[in-house]
Amino acid sequence: MNGKPRGKFHPVYLILLIPYVAFLWVPLYNRIEPEIFGIPFFYWWQLLWIVLTALSIVPVYLYQESQDK
Amino acid sequence: MSANPVTLGVFLLLFVAVALIGLFGSRWRAGDLSQLHEWGLGGRSFGTLITWFLLGGDLYTAYTFIAVPALMYGAGAPGFFAVPYAALMYPVLFLAFPKLWSVAHKHGYVTAADFVNGRYGHRGLALAVAVTGLIAVMPYIALQLVGMQVVIAALNLNYVVQIPLLGSVSIPLMIAFIVLASFTYISGLRGTALIAVVKDILVYITVLAAIIVIPAKLGGYGAVFGAVDKELLLLPKGTPDNLGPGFAYATLALGSLLALFLYPHSVTGLLSSSSRNVIRRNAIVLPAYSVALALIALLGYMALAAGVKSLPQYAEGFASFGNNFAVPALFSHMCPAWFAGLASAAIAIGALMPASMMAIACGNLFTRNIFKTFIAPDCKPATEAKVAKLVAFAVKLGALLFVLGLKVDYAIQLQLLGGILICQTLPAVLVGLYVRLNPWALLTGIAAGVGVGTWMFVDMGFKTTYPLHLFGVTVPCYAAVLALLLNLVVSFALTPLFNGMARGTDETVAEDYV
Repeated sequence: MNGKPRGKFHPVYLILLIPYVAFLWVPLYNRIEPEIFGIPFFYWWQLLWIVLTALSIVPVYLYQESQDK
Repeated sequence: MSANPVTLGVFLLLFVAVALIGLFGSRWRAGDLSQLHEWGLGGRSFGTLITWFLLGGDLYTAYTFIAVPALMYGAGAPGFFAVPYAALMYPVLFLAFPKLWSVAHKHGYVTAADFVNGRYGHRGLALAVAVTGLIAVMPYIALQLVGMQVVIAALNLNYVVQIPLLGSVSIPLMIAFIVLASFTYISGLRGTALIAVVKDILVYITVLAAIIVIPAKLGGYGAVFGAVDKELLLLPKGTPDNLGPGFAYATLALGSLLALFLYPHSVTGLLSSSSRNVIRRNAIVLPAYSVALALIALLGYMALAAGVKSLPQYAEGFASFGNNFAVPALFSHMCPAWFAGLASAAIAIGALMPASMMAIACGNLFTRNIFKTFIAPDCKPATEAKVAKLVAFAVKLGALLFVLGLKVDYAIQLQLLGGILICQTLPAVLVGLYVRLNPWALLTGIAAGVGVGTWMFVDMGFKTTYPLHLFGVTVPCYAAVLALLLNLVVSFALTPLFNGMARGTDETVAEDYV
């Protein structure tokens, strides 16, 4: 069996786990309060985390770029 | 009620413009369209921006834009699972799929099953992956046509002719089908990519305007959420002996996000990009579509607040299409006529474009992994492209007949089952990018996952959530995730055993993946 080269592991990859906790641990956000502009917590928390998920990729992207040089 | 002339005019203008763009797309960065990778992957030439439009248009289909708010409209918070799903798929895309791009580019793979064939040297496993892909994507095409039917009905364009054997056939749907089939045949993925640009711009305009204008008219977001039944606004809490809908919500998101990039049309979109960095960058910028999707989901609540269901002019639409009619009714009720036309065009074109891409993906799959592997191994590249074009056409025709001849419910159920099935190709494809398991073990795992997944789906009366009973606790879980767990356990456990018998050959080497 010819295994793949395991990319050197760097702690920056752990950042990518945070969004999975924020989204998949439902009791964390399954409530109404606090509301923003009349939008319940359940909804704005998840809206916010779409953006934060995308941002969590950025440091990993930059790390990989620095490794390529 | 007859069609509003302004709405209809705007709709037709945009639709005709898009049809022309699609047809002339073959001339854009012209390539030799008698080659499969030119017709079916756009010559692997798309940069970050075009890939953004193409994947965005491909993953967020018209049916999504109708079905997600419809689910929110009917069921409330559980429908919002599309949001974690559409956000969490991107770290996976970012980490794993550049590897698929690299190895596909090195060896000229056009489909996921091509990769499986090369990686494991096992035609049977590649066939299993190809057939699973075809089964999963075909009902998806049918649902795009359903999305288009809803829009046509909302525009009051129900001009119907009676055709023997088929019964009553909507003329606008037939026209849309002819447009779809001809631009796909002539231009391939280039035409689709150009249409994606127009479609997505229309979608963003529609969403931005809708989320500002409609809540303002309804009295703000507080009033919108206030119109929703308190029971439906959150997920019901679990109890000590039942983990509750929250767990189902999380597993639905997880299973769906793992499945998404395994769909043939997603792979087609990914492999058409010009470099692995295009995919990496897109993992960061594609979530803009997820924000749009979340806002579109909230349109379901706006439709509740606007009370469209009780208005007599929409009674017929709701009777025919159920809650899927909520968003078209909302636009027609709350927005100026020209804007309703624009929004309808966005949805209709949003159905054409992914339908075209899915049909191209089917053409690629059938040609590469069934026709070339089993029927005509020595066929010329031109024959390959020809077969793919014809299959793409046949698949769309099949979808049309399906929508016309059978109940829409069947298409929806098949699409749900397709999601469970496509997930079972994960160990061979996605895990295969990192670890090479034994092909016979993988095949056994797929068989186990497909068997159990299908059984759970049927056993629950064609529902995707299965209540697993573990140590006296009920765990409501997406069937795709349970079936995948079994599949993974079987694949990993049997690998050392089967490796003693037959390993198959691997034409890829470690350097191909980076």
